[in-house]
Amino acid sequence: MKVLVPVKRVVDYNVKVRVKSDGTGVDIANVKMSMNPFDEIAIEEAVRLKEKGVVTEVIAVSCGVTQCQETLRTAMAIGADRAILVETDADLQPLAVAKLLKALVDKEQPGLVILGKQAIDDDCNQTGQMLAALTGMPQGTFASKVEVADGVAAVTREVDGGLEVVKLTLPAVVTTDLRLNEPRYVTLPNIMKAKKKQLDIVKPADLGVDVAPRIKTLKVEEPPKRSAGIKVADVATLVDKLKNEAKVI
Amino acid sequence: MTALVIAEHDNASIKGATLNTVTAALACGADVHVLVAGHNAAAAAAAASQIAGVSKVLHADAAQLADGLAENLAAQVLAVAGGYSHILFPSTASGKNVAPRVAALLDVAQLSDVTKVISADTFERPIYAGNAIATVQSADATKVLTVRTTGFDAAAASGGSAAVETLAAAADSGRSVFGSREIAKNDRPELTAAKIIVSGGRAMGSNEKFMEVLTPLADKLGAALGASRAAVDAGYAPNDWQVGQTGKIVAPQLYIACGISGAIQHLAGMKDSKVIVAINKDAEAPIFSVADYSLEADLFAAVPELVNSL
Repeated sequence: MKVLVPVKRVVDYNVKVRVKSDGTGVDIANVKMSMNPFDEIAIEEAVRLKEKGVVTEVIAVSCGVTQCQETLRTAMAIGADRAILVETDADLQPLAVAKLLKALVDKEQPGLVILGKQAIDDDCNQTGQMLAALTGMPQGTFASKVEVADGVAAVTREVDGGLEVVKLTLPAVVTTDLRLNEPRYVTLPNIMKAKKKQLDIVKPADLGVDVAPRIKTLKVEEPPKRSAGIKVADVATLVDKLKNEAKVI
Repeated sequence: MTALVIAEHDNASIKGATLNTVTAALACGADVHVLVAGHNAAAAAAAASQIAGVSKVLHADAAQLADGLAENLAAQVLAVAGGYSHILFPSTASGKNVAPRVAALLDVAQLSDVTKVISADTFERPIYAGNAIATVQSADATKVLTVRTTGFDAAAASGGSAAVETLAAAADSGRSVFGSREIAKNDRPELTAAKIIVSGGRAMGSNEKFMEVLTPLADKLGAALGASRAAVDAGYAPNDWQVGQTGKIVAPQLYIACGISGAIQHLAGMKDSKVIVAINKDAEAPIFSVADYSLEADLFAAVPELVNSL
């Protein structure tokens, strides 16, 4: 069984982004970029399934600019066998990405697609569900445990209030939550090996997908600033302030 | 223009998040209908018909709808979607699971975590862990949204008298089966709806300390307990207590952060709280930059003292 793992190049999670003064977006020029943290977890899970012998091949996919090749090399250094870049400068929204991925699913016929639950830049949390819908596959979102056996994936999901288990007939789509696994560090020898692995480049037009954005961003602003707080010297002052000034207790 | 709100419910009662979503639906300038899809959920449908502002309740009842499986619930929404200009889900685990599936099947984009309705096609939503607010416009015929519940007041749960219309249930997809559910026992207020939240971080040191130190404070204040990712990952608190970009988004009247440094990802989940109190012994902790009241102290001394003085 093949596994397809879509990965996204995003602003590194430690960077505090700045909104551009003209309100057109956030300034990501000269900012450190990395693989979306949830996608690292997705690659790790796919590689672990391969190490268990459940999976034969792990294919990493990324959609976006040329530099996404670096993200794909990282995925291959973690253990993906080969990679596909859908190269475009267009502003890709989740529906467009889901359609590109559907075209690749039709071509590669994976038994499982593992995605991160959300990208930390647009915070959408949509692509996995949309891919499942377009391909008619069942979905196991926010997974904290995945067990694959006999054509069925048993996925433990993190839901409000606790956990639930769903059993999905393969092929299926799974999206990862933070607690699914701890991604391994990439080692230097594996980075070197990843450079030799196969990386195919295709264009959205080759896949017959129209990636025109459906949602227009009119402006991007800083969130309202909180007014500066005060330091209190001791617990008694804190209680007094909460009771008499803020009146919240 | 008519908007459809997908109710979140446990087959017996309507969950609070649905009420905030109804308010957002009314802000779209539309007539509001509510869909209750479940099994033996007549009580939930009756409760939905009482919500102020709702003009009709659609009730679909079948065994395959009992557990909110995305495949079956999306098919049910699709069956009625044609008549609506807006389809709104609360931005909960369940809403986030199903809404994009519905949007893709309608071939429309979805808007996640909407915090403000500006007009019927223009909305505000936070991006980059809440560090920027985007104003976005959808050109699609049907707007599918998830609604950040802390961005909207709850509609009154009573006072309405909508008619309940029974729908034929959509067929079972047959591709997924519900296995089991493990819901953490909790007699405290629900985290996302609590007026006061007491939250602990890595500095709590252990599960025993977490409970021993923070439980009396939460009891005294009638507060919900929350946690940072560090505390959850270390096993000090259950997963569903996590507040942040990838956990729950909360906006209580009072948020007390104990031993939480205040990483970007945590602030994303609580910086809309009305009053923030930070107790931390590190004077440089970023949490102090958003706190209204900062107490630089050892929480193991300060929190019990706080409990005693309340």
